[in-house]
Amino acid sequence: MSPQNAPSAPVDRSKPLLEVRDLEVDFTSGGRAVHAVRKANFTVYPGQTVAIVGESGSGKSTSAMAVIGLLPGSGKVVGGQILFDGKDIAHASHREYVSLRGTHIGMVPQDPMSNLNPVWNIGFQVKEAIEANGIAKGAAAKKRAIEVLGEAGLGDAARRYRQYPHEFSGGMRQRALIGIGLASRPRLLIADEPTSALDVTVQRGILDHLDSLTADLGTAVLLITHDLGLAAERAEHLVVMYKGQVVESGPALEILQDPRHPYTQRLVAAAPSLASRRMQSSHRAAIVEQAEVRAEQVHEQVAAATPVAVPDAPTSDVIEVQGLTKEFVIRGAGVRGEKLRAVDDVNFAVRRGTTLAVVGESGSGKSTVAQMVLNLLPATSGKVLFDGVDITTLDRKQQFAFRRRVQPIFQNPYGSLDPSWSIYSSVEEPLRVHGVGDAKSREARVRDLLDKVSLPQSSLRRYPNELSGGQRQRVAIARALALQPEVVVCDEAVSALDVLVQGQILRLLNDLQAELGLTYLFITHDLAVVREIADDVVVMQKGRLVEHASVDQVFTSPQQEYTKALLEAIPGGSLQLGA
Amino acid sequence: MSEPTTGRHAQPGGAVVRPGQERFVAPLEETPLAAVDAVDESAPTGGLFSDAWKQLRKRPIFIVASFIILVLVVVSLFPSWFTSTNPRFVDLSVALQGPSAAHPLGVTRGGTDVYARLIYGARASVSVGILTTIMVVVFGGVVGALAGFYGGWLDAILSRIADIFFALPLILGAIVLLQTIKSRNVVTVALTLALFGWPQVARIMRGAVLQVRSNEYVTAAKSLGLSRMATLVRHVVPNALGPVIVVATISLGTFIAAEATLSFLSLGLPPNIVSWGGDISNARATLRTDPMILLWPSIGLSITVLSFLMLGDALRDALDPKGRTR
Repeated sequence: MSPQNAPSAPVDRSKPLLEVRDLEVDFTSGGRAVHAVRKANFTVYPGQTVAIVGESGSGKSTSAMAVIGLLPGSGKVVGGQILFDGKDIAHASHREYVSLRGTHIGMVPQDPMSNLNPVWNIGFQVKEAIEANGIAKGAAAKKRAIEVLGEAGLGDAARRYRQYPHEFSGGMRQRALIGIGLASRPRLLIADEPTSALDVTVQRGILDHLDSLTADLGTAVLLITHDLGLAAERAEHLVVMYKGQVVESGPALEILQDPRHPYTQRLVAAAPSLASRRMQSSHRAAIVEQAEVRAEQVHEQVAAATPVAVPDAPTSDVIEVQGLTKEFVIRGAGVRGEKLRAVDDVNFAVRRGTTLAVVGESGSGKSTVAQMVLNLLPATSGKVLFDGVDITTLDRKQQFAFRRRVQPIFQNPYGSLDPSWSIYSSVEEPLRVHGVGDAKSREARVRDLLDKVSLPQSSLRRYPNELSGGQRQRVAIARALALQPEVVVCDEAVSALDVLVQGQILRLLNDLQAELGLTYLFITHDLAVVREIADDVVVMQKGRLVEHASVDQVFTSPQQEYTKALLEAIPGGSLQLGA
Repeated sequence: MSEPTTGRHAQPGGAVVRPGQERFVAPLEETPLAAVDAVDESAPTGGLFSDAWKQLRKRPIFIVASFIILVLVVVSLFPSWFTSTNPRFVDLSVALQGPSAAHPLGVTRGGTDVYARLIYGARASVSVGILTTIMVVVFGGVVGALAGFYGGWLDAILSRIADIFFALPLILGAIVLLQTIKSRNVVTVALTLALFGWPQVARIMRGAVLQVRSNEYVTAAKSLGLSRMATLVRHVVPNALGPVIVVATISLGTFIAAEATLSFLSLGLPPNIVSWGGDISNARATLRTDPMILLWPSIGLSITVLSFLMLGDALRDALDPKGRTR
């Protein structure tokens, strides 16, 4: 380490490192100015962690980008001051910013998948950062780069140095990026959603490492996140932003325990944490009963319409999965083709009128299970029984009838609606396909569905690109419910949404379950969501089912190591939120 | 492992609150907490194509290009509105005369009016261009959509066939084929060009369909029980059409240029059909003495091709799927 970059001797911790005063940032879009940040104030002291919390579009990232002079596109600071070490850098020149970046203000970007250049090895990219900031050159820089990778928590750093980004997992890439961000010992590190693209267990390890590293180096951290639990756990001071304004700021715990602004109150209430409980619908038993009555009706219709032998009465387990296995042939792995077992001998049952959550990290095979339950993907072996009938044996007509009784809601609110269809056409489509009613009654039904998902009637003629993610997800729910299905398979249905909107959608799903007697198969990686919506939980790991129990059992006394690790990784789990 | 974390926390109850970090709550009136995630009812509604239109009508390049194309279409539909002279009327007594009141752009060596031939020549170019493009889009589009959507062996076969035709150069293939055809007219020339032009559209369509096919609304349609064909027609093709429209517009320009090339080589439209390519060919003999006779049909041709290329460019920006993620 070159001497001038040794952690500077006792810094004056009483003087603010960064002071943002009345910051205003505008973007110009189509000739109009859009106020992305309005009169934002916050202060960061040396060695302190400050978190800016807000939904997407709240201006949290924009504020941070303004500090480092990297506003995207047409963004411009139009008012206020950014005092770094007492010096106003709001309107600093390009040259001044270049000397600030890296050496004084470091940055860890959000998406580890796209922020490393795939054509250069990791070492080159770390070395580049070291050389650009004039810390070392040539062999010395290489030596330093290996040190930096080691510091970032990558074992066997000398070997990692020569590897390329595609050889790294998401977590390792994020570690490398943290290493780059801290390579020249900046006094302020801006971490923009550093772990939101990673699995929870990985997320925890990385944040812990970041914490201890910055604590050792005395680096101040400006943490940008949408996750209140995570922010509260990691930061001393919280800044809550909403629509470009700071609505509340103060000591982290104080804000959590006593949120005063209505927005913060809603945010705290919607924060996923262990403190939250299953949303209560007035009568759980009544829902199950209602689901059974409805099932009875449908069952009679089906039995009357199909000559195939169906069980005499509807089963109480609406879905039963027996020994379900799915193998994929990996392409390009020789003539025989290597086989990947995505789902391995999975058994579970879903009781009518309840919610079963399938939990697991990415790659655990949970979505593949959902696809097979929906009969969109043939199983390699094993059976899926719907209402006692194996769905793989259905003929075309029966399959069509089955489709009507089981409907999906998908993860990506931007991909789940046809962009060239109006909301009305999208919601009406299931009715049209299944020949339900005439044009007039279908319109009435669509209007009724929009009411159910609390969307205004005026959105009927709108197109998906005019709606936000949460609104689109409401439309997707309306479409799934159009045919009055008995089972709804939600594949990560709320994962892409902000907490506040996520809370709204979960409440909606819960209310609809009570109202319509629905059964949910809820696929998610988010245990907090599970706690709020599910009755029973199935935990999956690498295609295998590792634990199957009720929600309370899983959360209070998890049996498997893996489940325990998952639980511990929930951000903010150790904190008591709210009152 | 949570040691460093808790170690950095300020004690509950707030040990030291430093200046600038006091508790702050924004006054409510300044931060109106409208219903979270409410639909913006004031915004005008609009679909994909109406959005593209809104964006397009402000762009000068689009306005200029579509104005020229509009004029061209009117000229080719109603040439008699623009000139009363018969383009085939020969008056050798005035051959090679310069511009005059009766012949605003002069007279060719063959004794025909240059202006009248310029006006009537538009029809051949525009009709071959449009006809070829329609055939290419319909045939190439269907092949590309089927290959992309169904995949598997159908894709393998259709894609290889397209590759074979793609390997044959447009002009060379047309020259060879047209030599064998006795009665050439607008339809046969268009058919020939379409025969060698469709693979490009098929490829674009296949790529677009592959991209759209993986969207969740296609899976949703499948789980509705919608048949594969209906899914393809209702959901996939409309969303894959953007890039095809762009490519079709640009190739319209190239087909017009190709027709002119073939007519220039006397392999395209026969001499009894007035066409710019043929006129350019005929004017070669007097290039040194009367270059303007060659220049006028060339200008007409260049402007036509250019305006379709410009329109294609403008459409590309407006229909670009990357540009409309919001």
